[in-house]
Amino acid sequence: MTLDEVLPGGECIIRDVNLDGAVLQRLLDMGFIEGVRVEVIRNAPLLDPLDVRIRSTLIAVRKSEARGVKVEPL
Amino acid sequence: MKELPQDLLVALAGQPNSGKSTIFNMLTGARQHVANYPGVTVEKKWGRFKTNKYKVSLVDLPGTYSLTSYTQEERIARDFILTEKPQVLIAVVDASNLERSLYLVFQLQEMNLPIVLCLNMMDTAESRGMAINVQALEEELGMPVVATIGTKRIGKRQLMEAVERAAAPALKARLRPRYDDEFESLLERLETRLDEAGHLIDSLPRRWLAVKLMEHDDEARRRLLEHTQLSDDEAGRELVNYVEALRKEFVEGSGKSPEKVIAAGRYNNAAEIVRKVVGGLGAGTRTMTDRIDSIVLQPVLAPIILAGILLCFYQITMVYGANLADRCFPLFQAAKDGAADLFPMSPDLIRTGLLQSLTVNGLVGGIVAILYYVPIFLILFGLIAILEDSGYMPRMAFIMDRILRSFGLHGQSTLPLILGGVVVGGCAVPGVMATRAMKDEKARLITILIMPLMNCMAKIPFYVLMVGLFFTWYKGLVLFGISLFSFVVALGMAKLFSRFLVKGEPAPFVMELPAYHLPTIRGVLGRAVERVWLFVKKIVTIVTAVMVGVWFFVTFPGIGFEREMYYDERLAEAAAELYQSVSPSNPYRRYLSGTNLVELMHFRTRLKEAQKNVAEDREALSAVIRKFAAENPALFILANDGVANDGTVDDEARKAASAVKRFERSVRTISRDRRKEIVDTSWAGQAGRALEPVSSLAGFNWRINIAIISSFAAKESLVGTLGTIYSVEEGTQSGTLEQSIQQAESDWTIWHGLAILVFVALFPPCLATLIMIRHETQSTGWMLFATAYPIVVGFILACLVYQVGPHFL
Repeated sequence: MTLDEVLPGGECIIRDVNLDGAVLQRLLDMGFIEGVRVEVIRNAPLLDPLDVRIRSTLIAVRKSEARGVKVEPL
Repeated sequence: MKELPQDLLVALAGQPNSGKSTIFNMLTGARQHVANYPGVTVEKKWGRFKTNKYKVSLVDLPGTYSLTSYTQEERIARDFILTEKPQVLIAVVDASNLERSLYLVFQLQEMNLPIVLCLNMMDTAESRGMAINVQALEEELGMPVVATIGTKRIGKRQLMEAVERAAAPALKARLRPRYDDEFESLLERLETRLDEAGHLIDSLPRRWLAVKLMEHDDEARRRLLEHTQLSDDEAGRELVNYVEALRKEFVEGSGKSPEKVIAAGRYNNAAEIVRKVVGGLGAGTRTMTDRIDSIVLQPVLAPIILAGILLCFYQITMVYGANLADRCFPLFQAAKDGAADLFPMSPDLIRTGLLQSLTVNGLVGGIVAILYYVPIFLILFGLIAILEDSGYMPRMAFIMDRILRSFGLHGQSTLPLILGGVVVGGCAVPGVMATRAMKDEKARLITILIMPLMNCMAKIPFYVLMVGLFFTWYKGLVLFGISLFSFVVALGMAKLFSRFLVKGEPAPFVMELPAYHLPTIRGVLGRAVERVWLFVKKIVTIVTAVMVGVWFFVTFPGIGFEREMYYDERLAEAAAELYQSVSPSNPYRRYLSGTNLVELMHFRTRLKEAQKNVAEDREALSAVIRKFAAENPALFILANDGVANDGTVDDEARKAASAVKRFERSVRTISRDRRKEIVDTSWAGQAGRALEPVSSLAGFNWRINIAIISSFAAKESLVGTLGTIYSVEEGTQSGTLEQSIQQAESDWTIWHGLAILVFVALFPPCLATLIMIRHETQSTGWMLFATAYPIVVGFILACLVYQVGPHFL
């Protein structure tokens, strides 16, 4: 399952980030690390991007990026 | 004996939203300077403060989450540390979000310099029920830690003392983040290898370089090659190959990429420290931010709230701002009149001195016409600062991203577009500069390219003028329509550019939505004043130059001696007629010739001016009358239609006075005819007329042409130039430009107005913007393109409006 498939309100654990280059580095810097818990708070009004909570920080990610984040639902 | 204070260079680093700027303000107070880092437009802020031992220069580095080479801010921050080598670094961290903050601190630690940790926003942390053991944190990190609350200026003295302690040379060895064992052994090998080549790359911290090379950091690799190339080309390439081999070995051995292992290493270290030093980590309490977001980002409400906020922008700037501007305007007008009063009365009734004309019309007139709008800009910038400081700005990006993306833009284009003036007027210069924060190069270039189409605030004086002339019924609606129009055209162009012109792949959209903050009055006012000041500075430099240049173009080459003689003759004729029309027995006749006449006319002008200034106030009016009557009773009677101060009417005086009135009218006609001829035959008139055959397709006459050409240097001068053109034509009498234009262009229809509005709305950027575009795109080609296409598109649309419009209505 990938992060973009998690419904608002759902929580999950990051398993891997299948991206590279700038996107990967950016996600890593913002704390998208294997084993970290992520909560999907909501979608933007037009369903994209997502608003997620990670390490008590709110972060907006586009679905196209979230698709590269492999997660395991809780 | 007291030692002299030593100089100390200190840098301030921290993540965005860590309250770094409040710490900077707390330490430096008002002693701040802003400039750009050389070669780029990222802001460099620095200031000074004194401690017992040191005179400290404090440099505020750009706020960054990390120190990679992927974004300009991050490159600038770390290049500053590597090349300027500050003696102490203050790392500002958000105490309520220590784990993520430490991620950056570890990277700073690897750069091997003394660090003071500034544990900021302690109040927020406490309100979330967190208790941080500062002592323990100090021991864990091996660096001085100071708890502060920047917004309340708490912790200033302790922070300064800690800087002093850190600057002392003998500081215990600093701990560094430890990565997993396998990776550490790899790093060790790389460090040894780098040590062997040490004499080549001495200036770079060894461990930092090793980590960055393993992280696949382009910039670190480039630096490595650069440093080695000087002496040995082969050695550099060998080192790079060695790094590649190590990376490959690691990936094959562990199945993980070094980037992930490094990031995980930092976060694991951070988590471990947080576990040890932070107590009472509140488990998932709903914060104020969550509650606000649940309304502000609610799918249905979000667009409504966003639109409401933008509408408030219009209302406040256009209605309240204009009100304020009206109140302030007499002040500026007085400055213009004051400038005119500085010059002695001219003995010539139809000419003002060149110097006077240059000062009053060229310089002061132009600046005054623009200063009128300063109060509006002050309010506008204040509102933008509130949006920024409150934390709503990134949420706008969040709401808008899906729409903007479909036009080849990015949610983060929202801020540049707003600064550029999509809402109600901004400035393309900060707009283009703000695109720097955009990670998506393709969307960034497109945003820059459509920036010239935004409603730059310098266009607004012109809009207000045109709306006053043609669309008095629904001022607000028309202004809203203009914004909407230019935005629609801009989106269309953006789509075209992204489809056919700009190549490249979209970049990541990963953006923090920070906690909401109540903006402080000081912060908002400070930023608003700072930006208005930048704008005013631009006026004094560029606009003044343009105004003077324009004055030259509309004044020279002049009409030549013969024509001047002709006007002198007409004046002499009128004067003779005046003298003849009064019977020789009239006692006032002696005032009606020679220098007496000149004096009388000046007296009359002054009296009328003074009366007009106090028009509404009866008491002040009678005071003015008393003053002038006392100054010269005879001249007063002549200037006051033959009525004396006490109300008595003298028949002879009345006859003379009405002759004077007639004479005054002819003087004005002669003077106007002469000025008109000067402007008509001036260089500017020639250029404007040469373009008229083409521009008349859109209904522009040569006067508009002049204004448009001159506004290329800075659009602020558009209204100013019109002011010069029309006030040169109508003389220096006070009176609104609107009236002057209405008098001069009585044949204009609403379609003239609309065509001009459409063209100006899409008009090319000013020189400053072009220079900025050149800078930001690093390409003269894009700069020229951004200049040319708005002219073409704008002109075509203006022609359409002017040619086709009248057939529909």
